[in-house]
Amino acid sequence: MARLNLVQAINQALAQEMERDRDVIVIGEDVGKDGGVFRVTQGLLDRFGPDRVMDTPLSELGIIGSAVGLAAYGMKPVAEIQFMGFTYAGLEQLFSHAARIRSRSRNRYTCPMVVRTPYGIGIKPPELHSESTEALFCHMPGLKVVVPSDPYSAKGLLASAIRDPDPVLFLEASRLYRSIKAEVPEEEYTIPLGKASVYQEGSDITVVSWGTMLHRAAEASEGFDCEIIDLRTLRPYDEEAVVNSVKKTGRLVIVYEATRIGGLGAEIAALAAEEAFEYLKAPVIRIAAPDAVIPMARLEDHYVPAPWRIRAAFEKVMQY
Amino acid sequence: MPAKTVSSSETKSVQIIDESGGADESLLSGFSGEDFRRFFETIILARTFNHRALSLQREGRLGTYASILGQEASQIGTALAFGEEDWLFPTFRESGVYIARGYPIWMLYRYWAGDERGMQAPPGFYLFPMSVPVGTQIPHATGAAWAMKLKGHRKAAAVYFGDGGSSKGDFHEGLNFAGVFKVPAIFICQNNQWAISVPRARQTAAKTIAERAFGYGFEGVQVDGNDITAVYKVTRDAIEKAKAGGGPTLIECFTYRLDDHTTADDSSRYRSDSEVEYWKEREPLKRLRTYMEKKGWWSREYEDGVTKSAEERVDSEIRKAEAFEAPDPADIIQYTYGSLTPRQGRELKELKWRG
Repeated sequence: MARLNLVQAINQALAQEMERDRDVIVIGEDVGKDGGVFRVTQGLLDRFGPDRVMDTPLSELGIIGSAVGLAAYGMKPVAEIQFMGFTYAGLEQLFSHAARIRSRSRNRYTCPMVVRTPYGIGIKPPELHSESTEALFCHMPGLKVVVPSDPYSAKGLLASAIRDPDPVLFLEASRLYRSIKAEVPEEEYTIPLGKASVYQEGSDITVVSWGTMLHRAAEASEGFDCEIIDLRTLRPYDEEAVVNSVKKTGRLVIVYEATRIGGLGAEIAALAAEEAFEYLKAPVIRIAAPDAVIPMARLEDHYVPAPWRIRAAFEKVMQY
Repeated sequence: MPAKTVSSSETKSVQIIDESGGADESLLSGFSGEDFRRFFETIILARTFNHRALSLQREGRLGTYASILGQEASQIGTALAFGEEDWLFPTFRESGVYIARGYPIWMLYRYWAGDERGMQAPPGFYLFPMSVPVGTQIPHATGAAWAMKLKGHRKAAAVYFGDGGSSKGDFHEGLNFAGVFKVPAIFICQNNQWAISVPRARQTAAKTIAERAFGYGFEGVQVDGNDITAVYKVTRDAIEKAKAGGGPTLIECFTYRLDDHTTADDSSRYRSDSEVEYWKEREPLKRLRTYMEKKGWWSREYEDGVTKSAEERVDSEIRKAEAFEAPDPADIIQYTYGSLTPRQGRELKELKWRG
């Protein structure tokens, strides 16, 4: 089995889905000849031609807005937005239209489209290229939000996202693009949306995380008996997996690089309080970013959860 | 070295029947008496629908409603020009478009009464649900037209918006994509002179909205939006061009909103009675009537008959709308995704338990 990095695994999923379904097309800025700013779409133009891999004007609203029309008519657009911070120009299209067309038309029209975008820290870029604002999107009914944490799940989750009948925001951790490799089967496969995966079994602390921070939490768990849950899909997220694990361990730590207030950690903590209150042996802890704008490279390691902060949280819940 | 002119544009304005009913007959050769009767009867039907919607709103039987009075020629003249297979993307002020396409009138009343089932277009109707956020539907037509082109379907997609909508970024990005990919899209701007209280001059410093197409590399044309024959002809031409692979067209229908913005508005706060009176003289039905009378296609009895049958039809549609069973509270949840999430499944049970 080939060992692929995240970029290669996503590229393979795109190619296989385009092979499988003629309606799957790739649109975005620099996705054609250039193969995307992270080279995720490399080779697709040569393989599938200019009617299926299309460079667009520099126009995020236009990309997402026209994807709504493409999808409603019957195409399966996979739109690349170069960085998560650039999706903001197209938020109204995602929130007010893509997420609502099915409901507004009572199932008559749907919007099966995927918006792929890199998120998070780790590549020393200019401002607004390291956003981790997934909670904004998770608040919006009608959207799905997926974050793979490794090449294997990235391939299967993207295949599912492309085949899904509803709009999916597919977040790709830019720090993980080339930093980890995993065995990825050559043949096509899917991994269901809405299902978490147990990254590591354990009995003392449930750790819920996703994307880049999952790996940081795993490193920090050395010496603790942690059950690490890779959420994989952030909307709709696997509530059952979280609750069952908390019932087993009695302790919950959520590790993520977004800001804390109104974030996904708050939602997961509230779920544990509602559904597993009597099982909790210690307060729930969120290890997240401070309530501040994400800094550029020099300070970003102080911004996202540092391993010592995660370990301190594990110690705290064990000693409570 | 003297500067060279590298690009220039001119914008045409089209009128066939003027406000007093005089016409350029050479441009009317393609229209039969049957066509004129269809125009006339559809305007009466839409106007009857509109009039009753305003009364029903006052009685509390509909929610906030946006009147189409004065804009019927722009809406019906464009809508009738399309084939059944073409896709239209209307806004909240396009009751005339829905009616011209034969959309069930009782469903429109359901929608305006706050029942979203009214926008579940029956099979065979390629009308998107009306867009409420202004201008944001423009890229959808671009996308649908792009899909038509990619799939090799000989169809067109058209989107409606107003002078206010032309100021949105969506206008720019939607038209720009359409030009770049040369898709069979038709952009229909009903310039009704007012975006609630803000006049057309505050939307753009350009002399016309039509000329803005030039910046996107395709043709823009202004048409007298109260002359249904001109509106129809200009739209037909744009459709033919789009379907032949000639790319998009921007049509500016120069018209006027005779009523308030919506039933929640009071237009006397921002515009004069004399301005409204000026436009009342130019409303679409008046000139059509004059012209048809000259041709012997109109009589008082004919109009009375058309009006009576429109009223009867609308009355029966209202009865049907109001007798329609109440929506199931489950509807709140069940159209969010293709299938329920586990959480939604639990919430659905809770809704049902509450009754």
